[in-house]
Amino acid sequence: METRYSTIIRDGIWNNNVALGQMLALCPLLAVTGTATSGLGMGLATTSVLLGSSLIVSLFRNIIAPEVRLPIFVLIIASLVTLVGMVMNAWVHELYKVLGLFIPLIVTNCAILGRAEAFASKNRALPAVVDALAMGAGFTLILVLLGGVREIIGSGTLFANASLLLGESLSFLEMTLIHDYAGFLLFVLPPGAFIALGFIMAGKRWIDARHTSGLTLPAASDS
Amino acid sequence: MADHHSDSRNNPDPDRRQESRFAGFKRSMLYPTFLLGLFATVSAGLLVSGNILTKDAIAEREREDLQALLAEVIPGELYDNNLLESTVAFTHSNGEQATAYRATREGEPVAVAFPISGMGYSGLISMLVGIDHNGKILGVRVISHTETPGLGDKIEARRSDWIFGFDGLPKDSSDNTSLKIKGDGGTFDQLTGATITSRTVVSTVRDGLMFFDKTSDVLLGHTVRDNATFHADIDHEE
Repeated sequence: METRYSTIIRDGIWNNNVALGQMLALCPLLAVTGTATSGLGMGLATTSVLLGSSLIVSLFRNIIAPEVRLPIFVLIIASLVTLVGMVMNAWVHELYKVLGLFIPLIVTNCAILGRAEAFASKNRALPAVVDALAMGAGFTLILVLLGGVREIIGSGTLFANASLLLGESLSFLEMTLIHDYAGFLLFVLPPGAFIALGFIMAGKRWIDARHTSGLTLPAASDS
Repeated sequence: MADHHSDSRNNPDPDRRQESRFAGFKRSMLYPTFLLGLFATVSAGLLVSGNILTKDAIAEREREDLQALLAEVIPGELYDNNLLESTVAFTHSNGEQATAYRATREGEPVAVAFPISGMGYSGLISMLVGIDHNGKILGVRVISHTETPGLGDKIEARRSDWIFGFDGLPKDSSDNTSLKIKGDGGTFDQLTGATITSRTVVSTVRDGLMFFDKTSDVLLGHTVRDNATFHADIDHEE
């Protein structure tokens, strides 16, 4: 079987994006994207869990009995999430205080179980890892995008407290885009997340539609 | 599964028998149970080692958090002891255990910090209040809350200066008359759009002051030695 890494990567980041394509993991997506920083933190935490679970599931795919595969996947994911939670609590404590409530919820993130079931359990370790990284990157991208949009409109800043939450080296990300901005509360609150996500989804559809119609004339090779 | 079969075909006889025995076991009813048990055991082992590796660091982070919080409600220059080692345990009227931290200077009690909490607009607001030995408020900080972002969350010190309004309030403000929000006929400013939140914070601090009034000799260590437990009620007056 030929594995096309470029297809896996394109699927993960754009075509079959966790949030925009598969419409999965919307709960953490809407809940933690008050700022771009928390979005980035949640994206990195989710990606690391996804990476670990895909690798483990792929390595053990031949010995896992189909009857008990789901409990085993859930067990693997839950253990990884707990470990990530403990590690974050110990070494990126400030970020843990912001995301702490949502870290255990990564277990219920159906995207991770979905990738274990749909991809990792059927593929070799390397494609599974590539798929996990691509899916994680796609999800992180949407988390940061949504967090950024809400943060800019809601409070006029971008990546506020990034150095505090993710480490001193990221202080260059912090910026205040609109000075003396009174803030737009709606976008800080959950409804803002729904509205912004709606526009982002519509934007993806629009780009896809333009892309397809543009491609029909010169080359029909890209399906 | 295909890998296993092709492997066993190339292997010499004893290995093959082993492999086929494994294949037989794999088909049996016991296999899924065994597998689930194995994964559960390994996961448990990993979690135990993870816990052992991180628990000291986590405890250290939590100590740092508490120390940083205490430093905000009792100014460091007032005392010379380790607050985390000079504690008084007490029980709230709702049965919850709580800990008060006593600050001393050259052995003399100068201030005490203890947790207080009240129901806000959308949930419990937990705070820490620091009071000096005369009953003057040194500082109040919100530890956790679930108030509305953008409105009620202005009770956080990093979001607005509102909570600093308690700093330096003298003892005689605990008699229920002046320490109320302006909307209730008191003197304390309320946050725009967050009257209920403000009212809860102010009345909880008032309850805390009254609690201190009743129990200051114990909290400050005049009557009971360190680490003693006593029962006391924080009365909530509506």
